[in-house]
Amino acid sequence: MKLPPGVKSKDFSDAIKQFEEAVGKEWVFTSDEDVALYRDAYSPFWGEEEERVASSAVAPNTVEEVQKVVKTANAYKIPIYTISTGKNLGYGGSAPNLSGSVVLDLKRMNRVLEVSERNAYALVEPGVSYFDLYRHIQEKGYKLWVDVPDPGWGSPVGNALDHGGGYLQPQYRNHFDSHCGMEVVLANGDLLHTGMGAMPGAKTWQEYKFGFGPWIDGIFSQSNFGVVTKMGFWLMPQPDAYLTGTVTVPNHDDLIPLIDTLTLLENSGISNGMPGIGSPLVGGFMMPPPSPEVSAMLAKPDGISSPELQRYARDKGIHYWSCTVKFYGPAKAIAAQWEYAREKFSAIPGAKFQDGEFYKLPLTPDQFNRVHKPEFGIPSLEMFSIGARSPLNPTPGEGHIWFSPIIPRTGEAVFEANRIFSQAARDFGLPILSFSLPTTYWMRAFIFLFGFPITHNVATNRKNRESFKKLVQIAAEHGWGEYRTAPAFQDDVMATYSFNNHALLRFHETVKDAVDPNGILSAGRYGIWPKHLRKARA
Amino acid sequence: MTKLLLLLSLFAAVAAAADDATLAKGKQVFEYWCATCHGNGPLPGTVALQAKYKGSKPALLEERTDLLPQITKTFVRKGVSIMPFFRKTEISDADLDALAAYLARNRR
Repeated sequence: MKLPPGVKSKDFSDAIKQFEEAVGKEWVFTSDEDVALYRDAYSPFWGEEEERVASSAVAPNTVEEVQKVVKTANAYKIPIYTISTGKNLGYGGSAPNLSGSVVLDLKRMNRVLEVSERNAYALVEPGVSYFDLYRHIQEKGYKLWVDVPDPGWGSPVGNALDHGGGYLQPQYRNHFDSHCGMEVVLANGDLLHTGMGAMPGAKTWQEYKFGFGPWIDGIFSQSNFGVVTKMGFWLMPQPDAYLTGTVTVPNHDDLIPLIDTLTLLENSGISNGMPGIGSPLVGGFMMPPPSPEVSAMLAKPDGISSPELQRYARDKGIHYWSCTVKFYGPAKAIAAQWEYAREKFSAIPGAKFQDGEFYKLPLTPDQFNRVHKPEFGIPSLEMFSIGARSPLNPTPGEGHIWFSPIIPRTGEAVFEANRIFSQAARDFGLPILSFSLPTTYWMRAFIFLFGFPITHNVATNRKNRESFKKLVQIAAEHGWGEYRTAPAFQDDVMATYSFNNHALLRFHETVKDAVDPNGILSAGRYGIWPKHLRKARA
Repeated sequence: MTKLLLLLSLFAAVAAAADDATLAKGKQVFEYWCATCHGNGPLPGTVALQAKYKGSKPALLEERTDLLPQITKTFVRKGVSIMPFFRKTEISDADLDALAAYLARNRR
């Protein structure tokens, strides 16, 4: 069995015994075979000395058991690394940042504690998956939707804490934004409720976020300041209907007013589903690859903006851009909202419109089978089609990691990001698309996703890691930061948030030293290291 | 002799019931953990196996007749391609035994 760094063998075996007393012997995993199941299946270090691996794992079933485990870890200064469902694939999975950590696996804490249909919220434990919450709501017959990420087998708690997102109305789409109230076990085993939950007997823990005084929930996301054991979430009432419509515009520069109009419509609450910008000319995320002719033009230095491509589009009469806008609401209202959206987009010369899908909700079984399920609050694993074996992908890899910078919500920024990243792709021989459009639409920012394949070939992984780190640097030089990243790159990304000599990280470290002085909780997570390991920071 | 036969038939009935219970449990595990990728429809696991075997074996795991229990256990605990392995807090050894028995039920 691997020892945690700096921990004496006797202390570790004593701590393991106490873990067993706390949670039951069968829920403490120490054999190589069992601990190997905590590897990151998509680790960019797969099989290398630097791969971050656990020493053991402990799986409590209740918050009281979590408290006992944390107190033991604190007494023996054992590093522990918390996971909810451990399905954060592409961003670290169930493996720790610090090799030798004991994984605190909260999967067994899988209770949906409360769902209020009347006030549209839920309170769940970390081991609850989106599928669990969805099924619970279906079984109860509540007319509520859960905003799910894609794929949806992860945990609402874990996903929100990692700043994940989904597809529904904007107030639900950002999962951390849509949470309300937390329960947190601190490093000394103390138990904390945030927001209204701080008041014994509070009646509004999941209904009012802030309570009284500083709102501290944010410091428990993308961090290692506590172990979150409960979280409340606001749910979306099932709408009456769903409608989509698509506008296409003919010219390269039309992307700028297209995005500005879309942003206005979203910020005004007119379009309230997650939109999708595409290109009839070159395709996009999850679309078939462009023709060889277009691919050749895209590969040139000007890429998507090359005069040759613009001429090609004009000559062929192919519109450069499309934007699909989506609406949830009463059928008559959303038809009027689409009409209003068309009026606004009509200001772009040559704009054309196409009505899309319309569904009265709930979906019929036939509709259920053919829609993109997350847009209807239904968890799905169909997103894995991207990397799985298929006729288009006969030799699949072993996984992927995501490079995911936040880009301003303007056409100019999309052009610039493509110019910079496609140049980098050419320079480094990167296996990323030569042209990308936003994948995630936050209210005031885009997120781009570039997938890097994971292989079991050390040389390839090493090359991809180096390229990934260069991309982080290049993005930062242009003012773009990542919203989330795998443990392998968290120090690199955190280092780019360096205003005033890393004032933000220095603040995180001050907090870390105050709330977790022995540095036992998830050392290194999101680049925050405890004092005694800070030398490990790049 | 009659008593012995009665006892034997009772034992056989109990054994069959236990087996049915295992298979029912295995089906439940399959539906919870596996069907979202390996169920009927254009799902990633089903499409992947269709692409791999091109019809020489059923793309649906539930229709396979060659899945020895150990094969199922190996894939669940070792993963394959982009399918990750599953921890024991997700699929316990007992659940995995039932799943493996369920997927082996058609074995010839």
